[in-house]
Amino acid sequence: MPEAAAITGSPLAIEAAGLSCGYDGNLVLKNLTFSVRPGEIFFIIGGSGCGKSTLLRNLIGIQTPMAGTVKFFGQTFSDNDPVARRALLKTFGVLYQGGALWSSLTLRQNVSLPLEEYTALSRREIEEIAALKLSQVGLTGFEDYYPAEISGGMKKRAGLARALALDPAIVFLDEPSAGLDPITSRRLDELVLQIREMFGTTIAVVSHELASIFSIADRVIMLDRGEKGIIAEGPPRDLAAQSRDPRVTEFLHRGDLLPQ
Amino acid sequence: MSAEPVPLHARVSAKAEGDGLEVSLAGTWQITESRPSWAGFLGTQNPALVRLRVDEVGKWDSSLLLFLFAAQQWCRVTGAHCDTDALPEKIRTLLAQISASHETSVPFDRSENFLVTVGVATQDLLVKMRSIFTFIGECVISAIRLVRHPRKFRWGDCLFEMQQCGAMALPIVSLISFLVGVTLAYTGALVLRQYGGDIYVADLIGLAMVREMGAMMTGVVLAGRTGAAFAATLGNMKANEEIDALETLGIPAVNFLVLPRLLALGVMLPLLALYSNALGILGGMAVSRGLLGISPTAYWVETLSIVSLTDVAVGVIKATAFGLIIGVSGCLRGLQAERSAAGVGQAATSAVVTAILFIIVADAIFAVVFNIIGF
Repeated sequence: MPEAAAITGSPLAIEAAGLSCGYDGNLVLKNLTFSVRPGEIFFIIGGSGCGKSTLLRNLIGIQTPMAGTVKFFGQTFSDNDPVARRALLKTFGVLYQGGALWSSLTLRQNVSLPLEEYTALSRREIEEIAALKLSQVGLTGFEDYYPAEISGGMKKRAGLARALALDPAIVFLDEPSAGLDPITSRRLDELVLQIREMFGTTIAVVSHELASIFSIADRVIMLDRGEKGIIAEGPPRDLAAQSRDPRVTEFLHRGDLLPQ
Repeated sequence: MSAEPVPLHARVSAKAEGDGLEVSLAGTWQITESRPSWAGFLGTQNPALVRLRVDEVGKWDSSLLLFLFAAQQWCRVTGAHCDTDALPEKIRTLLAQISASHETSVPFDRSENFLVTVGVATQDLLVKMRSIFTFIGECVISAIRLVRHPRKFRWGDCLFEMQQCGAMALPIVSLISFLVGVTLAYTGALVLRQYGGDIYVADLIGLAMVREMGAMMTGVVLAGRTGAAFAATLGNMKANEEIDALETLGIPAVNFLVLPRLLALGVMLPLLALYSNALGILGGMAVSRGLLGISPTAYWVETLSIVSLTDVAVGVIKATAFGLIIGVSGCLRGLQAERSAAGVGQAATSAVVTAILFIIVADAIFAVVFNIIGF
């Protein structure tokens, strides 16, 4: 029986060991150790300023960790040589907070660029895949639009299509719900579930949207600004029901969004 | 050393079944690796039925889908029957998605016919002209408000901009003005030496710098340096919705952002032009001393004999106008910028081009007007 490329058989998709991150010598997170299993939807949660996005930047290699290592499917990424790092870049795709689409390229060209860079496919085949990826995120008919011509939610979906272009085993999503209305946000959550279902993709999400956390997360880690580290780890409903840490319960029971 | 399993490459095999063909795919199909193509695999075969199987495929991604889709498309074109019943449901769903996106993905034609293009360009030109005049009108209204309520003006911002476009521009203005003086001296000496009029090099440089080149060169340098910076700053502010935030507070962007910049350039450009005149004359003096053997004293006396205060005033008036042109171009293009990174870049480029174009146009107008009034 065939299986999607994302499920590799490796024990862990992402491993962070003793990870410390910060800016200009200022430590934001210290000594973080956690792992993500293949095919898991994993959330990094916490209040504003706790270092969620910093952690993401360190995981995907935009920022170099102050200490510790990051591994993808058992292969060291954070302090590996440039050639090995480049090979590992194909392992994951990233959806940035605002979509980060290249404004001078159409949506089709945005999705095609990673394929042109990393594959030997013909122009026609690249366009077939770009059209497929855009259709998977519900953007059929918008292939030749420029980012400035579409809405914020569509930009996020196009960004997701680009992140999926190379069929990566891991997809990182940075605040996917930010700036979206609840319905669009819910559709994006459904899309994330569908991608995992279809391809077995491991999905790591940075978010503080409770609705998304409770509806799609298999497991979460919660970061805290004062602690500069992880204060809770586990399935969100278990944490909401069982955690004795007031910071965790306050966050997960915020307002009327109690877990159903 | 750990022994990792070697992934089996993507491969295809075929088994003939009457006039049909059972195509079995196997191995690892990944988009970043090489794979067989349907056309290459099929060769000259022309089966009436193609049965697709993927039982021995390990890892797969869009690479596998592309091969299967190519097979499906071939069957559709040749009229052969494509049997996908043996494929897993997930793959059949994805194939249906590719097929749907292939059929509905029609290239978006952005081309227009000639008449429409000309019409749109003309309309665009009219809109741009109108926006320039509207903007100048807003600046005038804002300036009147400044005269009436000077305490409401943002003097701090204005002084900061003066420092940015004035003091910070001194090194580049110094270098360029000195070199312009040197170049003019060499060029003038070529002709004047033949007639024994070496000393008139001082007249040539003095008049050229004070009436024309000082203001012009400073204007061009500041168009590139300050005009582009104004456009980029305001364009970026527009992209970040900072301009919108001002407008919704009832603070016109012209009062808050444009007028301090216009005033800064209107004041600093004449001062820089005077400085440029001095450096240009100094450059000419250095060449005259070295090349023609004219003493600095003789050179200076000759310069004073030809350059009058009227000539200096002509240069200062031009420089003030050039400063306002650069300020208006930079700020207008910045405020008109599209809300994107590319839009900010285009605004900066457009600000420089607009400023230099209007500086040259204004210089020609000044030449005609000063000639008529005998200045």
